Amino acid sequence: MIKARINNVDVEVPEGTSILFAARKAGFNIPTLCHHPDLVPGGQCGVCVVEIEGIPGLKRSCMTPLGEGFKVHTHTPRVMDVRKQLVELVLSNHDTDCLTCIKNNSCELQQLSATLGINTIEYPRFEEKMSIDRTSVSIVRDPNKCILCGRCTQVCSNIQTVNALAVNNRGSATFLSTAFDAGLGNSVCINCGQCVVHCPVGALYENSQVEQVWEALHDPDKFVVVQEAPAVRVMLGEEFGMPPGTLVSGKMHAALRRLNFDAVLDTNFAADLTIMEEGTELLSRLKSGKNLPLITSCSPGWIKFMETFFYDMIPHMSTAKSPQQMFGALTKTYYADLKGIPPEKIVSVSIMPCTAKKFECQRPEMNASGYQDVDYVLTTREIGRMMREAGLDLKEMPDEPADDIMGEYTGAGTIFGATGGVMEAALRSAYCLVTGKELENLDITPVRGLKGIKEAEIDIEGTKVKVAVAHSCGKARELLNKVSDQLKKDGKCEYQFIEVMACPGGCVGGGGQSWGSNMAKRARRGESLYAEDKSMPHRRSHENPSVKAVYEKFLEKPNSEKSHKLLHTHYYKRSTVDGKVLPGK
Amino acid sequence: MSAENQCHCAETQEEELYPTLQEFINEHKGRPQDLIMVLHKAQGLFGYLPRKAQELVAEGLNVSLNEVYGVVTFYNFFSTVPQGRHSVKVCLGTACYVRGSQKILEKTEKELGIKVGGTTEDRRYSLDVVRCIGACGLAPAMLVDEDVYGRVKTTNAMEIVEKYE
Repeated sequence: MIKARINNVDVEVPEGTSILFAARKAGFNIPTLCHHPDLVPGGQCGVCVVEIEGIPGLKRSCMTPLGEGFKVHTHTPRVMDVRKQLVELVLSNHDTDCLTCIKNNSCELQQLSATLGINTIEYPRFEEKMSIDRTSVSIVRDPNKCILCGRCTQVCSNIQTVNALAVNNRGSATFLSTAFDAGLGNSVCINCGQCVVHCPVGALYENSQVEQVWEALHDPDKFVVVQEAPAVRVMLGEEFGMPPGTLVSGKMHAALRRLNFDAVLDTNFAADLTIMEEGTELLSRLKSGKNLPLITSCSPGWIKFMETFFYDMIPHMSTAKSPQQMFGALTKTYYADLKGIPPEKIVSVSIMPCTAKKFECQRPEMNASGYQDVDYVLTTREIGRMMREAGLDLKEMPDEPADDIMGEYTGAGTIFGATGGVMEAALRSAYCLVTGKELENLDITPVRGLKGIKEAEIDIEGTKVKVAVAHSCGKARELLNKVSDQLKKDGKCEYQFIEVMACPGGCVGGGGQSWGSNMAKRARRGESLYAEDKSMPHRRSHENPSVKAVYEKFLEKPNSEKSHKLLHTHYYKRSTVDGKVLPGK
Repeated sequence: MSAENQCHCAETQEEELYPTLQEFINEHKGRPQDLIMVLHKAQGLFGYLPRKAQELVAEGLNVSLNEVYGVVTFYNFFSTVPQGRHSVKVCLGTACYVRGSQKILEKTEKELGIKVGGTTEDRRYSLDVVRCIGACGLAPAMLVDEDVYGRVKTTNAMEIVEKYE
């Protein structure tokens, strides 16, 4: 333990604790700008500087460990003066049109400026405008707002290992961009949006489709159907000041109805359907022994990552579409038939915790219904904005269920939103499909939680099935490297089934979540999904009455010809230079 | 000159250099730590770092293209535009500046039809600025390749430059 004094308070902290954290423990909040709890401190901004007696110069508290006997001063006039100067310099070439900025009221720079009491900027304004990168269907990048803190590049390179964003040039000409400044849409970017949720300012945000959805909602000729992803029900509350992880399924359905959606359905229904398709696929592969391990395909960020960096794995990928796209394909066929609505009048909207879903719905092969299956994807942030614009306060909403036909769901569907959830849901149903008996203990805890790579072995009446779960693309890369090595060496792999989610924490950590995210919040959202699962009357996908109905009335059986046409897809090899589909693959 | 009539021999020559580069990359295959060395070699070969060369280096050394581009744009030595056969550098150090080297630079830019950092279409000249070459007594000074010229005037700057074929 280290003993030291911060201002006038004696502190004792474990060796290696940064001065920043030690000061917090002593009750002194040192302001920060580039620091993020889930990232390695880089000391780019210098706002967290402190004075240490006997040591010349100021030290960055985020990356200076507290030493024995240190006498630290966190808020001396000298320190406060330097902090103000640093922030003023950042503001001198920052586009300060705060009122119209996407981050208005949730910007860390805005808050910092207020905290430090900055009321004038002593430096001349630097007004050169750079063009906004709108090449990506998912993410917009505004370099005029960028403060070069490096959080986005750190998450993109170190956590996701995608390396789409990097630092270019140097000195005053430094800017963060893609290779050759070609734009995110012409890069290896997988649209996961982790850069977006880590950005402290308004330099990165989703490519919004709010306007198009308002237009559809007010068009009397259109029938607007909405689906909401599992993770959205434990995130949306944060948009209205509720504690992270508050479960708002019922309130969400009620608010969407009040926004004038013609049908409020639920992606969780399609999650259950995914389990039927993917589970059946797993069984047939276990039986034939071909193309094992089977790898899940629900996460569109992961799909583009795989297509770019691991295209050798394409035969191992489940051909099942993601729940969003299964839902979309059924909306304009099955649902349209049952309701007697011409599919061309249907506008299919999905609410997702994800920015990559915007890319997924626009993939040219996603038109099994004969139309674009999902027309618009809104992130949790965007639907929160729409609700506020419409004068709706989620907290005041009653609890209402989703509509029938494609709104009913089980606990297995709801846990899709957390890392390990798809695996757990699939195993619950696979066990029954193989043995004809129900699994007694439905909680498969080894695949839960935030460990990077999780493993478990399930005994299905004598057949041992070894599974692995990875979340974040960095961890997926680690796992897939191991799998490819084993396949190359022995022709087989120790795992039979692998779940991958592109974002840390799974969908509850997606690029479409509320601003100001961290791993602690993601963990709470995940726990909340498992709590909803526990409270559900049905907890296995194959028990979902609406899923049974869609097979009886329309699809015949899992992996039938019709299922294949509507609910399954294929993948492409992509270039590591610009992320585009390579010809002939 | 219209685009169709332009000389393309520089590009043709460039194409012929790629096998040499590829050979060198293969010697460093999968070794990200050799990035700067390989880029030096490539720059030596082409006189600059064309996009295609950067892509080959990225692929061969197993480094992301963005990282390669980041390194290339960070170091002054590397250039992403072709360099001319002769480098013209006008000194903008304090002594030269007060004796009017900015005017000489503007004149040279105008006459060569390029901006600072650019290369003429025929790849004869590249134009750059330097900050003091230690020839303050001769201010304003100019550097063409390795040769220093002092007391340059706007009227004779182009005469000097044109001596270099």
